[in-house]
Amino acid sequence: MPAMNLKESPLRPENAVHRETVPAGEWWMAEIRKGQTFRIVDVEGNEAADTLFYSLDDPQEEHYSAVDTARGQGNVYLTTGTPLVSNKGNAMLTITADTCGRHDTLGGACSAEANQMRYALDKKPMHSCRDNFLHAIQESPYGLSKRDVVSNINFFMNVPVTPAGGLSFQDGISGPGKYVEMRAEMDVIALVSNCPQLNNPCSGFNPTPLEMIIWD
Amino acid sequence: MPTTPVASERIVHTESVPGARYWSLVIKRGYTLRLTDRDGCANASLLGYNPRNPLERYNMADTLKGQHISRLTRGNMLFSDMGRALFSIIEDTVGWHDPIGGISDAALIRERYGEARFQEHWNDFYRDGRELFLIELAKWGLGSRDLVIPVNFFQKVTADDDGNLHYHGNHSHPGASVDLRAESDTLVVLTTAPHPMAPGPDYHPGPVDLMIYRSAPVTDQDFCIHNAPENARAYANTLIANCQE
Repeated sequence: MPAMNLKESPLRPENAVHRETVPAGEWWMAEIRKGQTFRIVDVEGNEAADTLFYSLDDPQEEHYSAVDTARGQGNVYLTTGTPLVSNKGNAMLTITADTCGRHDTLGGACSAEANQMRYALDKKPMHSCRDNFLHAIQESPYGLSKRDVVSNINFFMNVPVTPAGGLSFQDGISGPGKYVEMRAEMDVIALVSNCPQLNNPCSGFNPTPLEMIIWD
Repeated sequence: MPTTPVASERIVHTESVPGARYWSLVIKRGYTLRLTDRDGCANASLLGYNPRNPLERYNMADTLKGQHISRLTRGNMLFSDMGRALFSIIEDTVGWHDPIGGISDAALIRERYGEARFQEHWNDFYRDGRELFLIELAKWGLGSRDLVIPVNFFQKVTADDDGNLHYHGNHSHPGASVDLRAESDTLVVLTTAPHPMAPGPDYHPGPVDLMIYRSAPVTDQDFCIHNAPENARAYANTLIANCQE
């Protein structure tokens, strides 16, 4: 699969069944039914959308799997055509359009404790995606716990891996209005943290809103 | 690079895990677990948990992004999701261990190697990584929700400039070893099923020899702790977690 597979969508936002803006630093959780299409728009550009999917039928046992997705397509980056594969080997969603071209799934989500390790011990009070994930699952009715916060997708994030074994967080390749769109292959729960990271370029040092759009 | 001998008085336990089997034990702070790839064809797939709070566990993403790596070798640490060091890799005669390949499951093994049931093959039957992890995790009250992405020691997977994944067969060698110094008490759950990207069709996952020995005192010049500022901060967090011992 090519590293970037740019493709625009024919779907028009005015025909959507749901549109919602998620401000920077907030979480969003929603059920997406099989056959529905889900788009995340990087409204102002260079924003990271840390995303997890759970099977609605069995959220505790079946969730998005970063390594099964990468190994399944033989490539570490996500783009148009990528099936987002579960820990049980099932396609949960398929990316059907992508105007950004490359999305990360190895870098994981920021957390208070990881910020301490990565930047400075006194960074612990800074807001993080894993705070959002933990808050969301505690408030949700699905019986999820911290053990279900697994390795996630970072839509719009550029985390190149080198043949020599390097990995780095680089300036975003996304831009204002770029989007990624996916078709649900099963009923799923989407959990998104609009990343509040201020210590690295994943949100361009300026976290901004995302728009969530769902079509039947 | 040869493996450094360990004085016999420091060794507290040795054991072997055959191919396609499992093992688990809490490695205590102050001790080191040495894994040896006896025949040069092992996949020592390892997960680590805090035995007092197993919700804290080895975290692939934090380990990679914290050290700017997509492979593990000497000088690297295995970080938990709580910003702490579980293990430091203090010695390594291989140079690359795979943190991104994941594990095999029953369907993958059947597709790549065919079927070999217990009924016909007795204890030579084919087993997969998921099955072995689930069995061993169950003994600690853990389950599929705790089966996160492991480190596959003695295995190599690279990504090229376009992100395409490549599996490197025959990467290890007979007698290759890696030493994991426990920085906190860590429950190790280890399996030895084939790597999910190994091409097949011959099913012969290799055995892993285990040695547990008393670690040398950690000095101010410790290579792993000073390999990167992230490592030093993770180690500082680990000292806080152990400050009342």
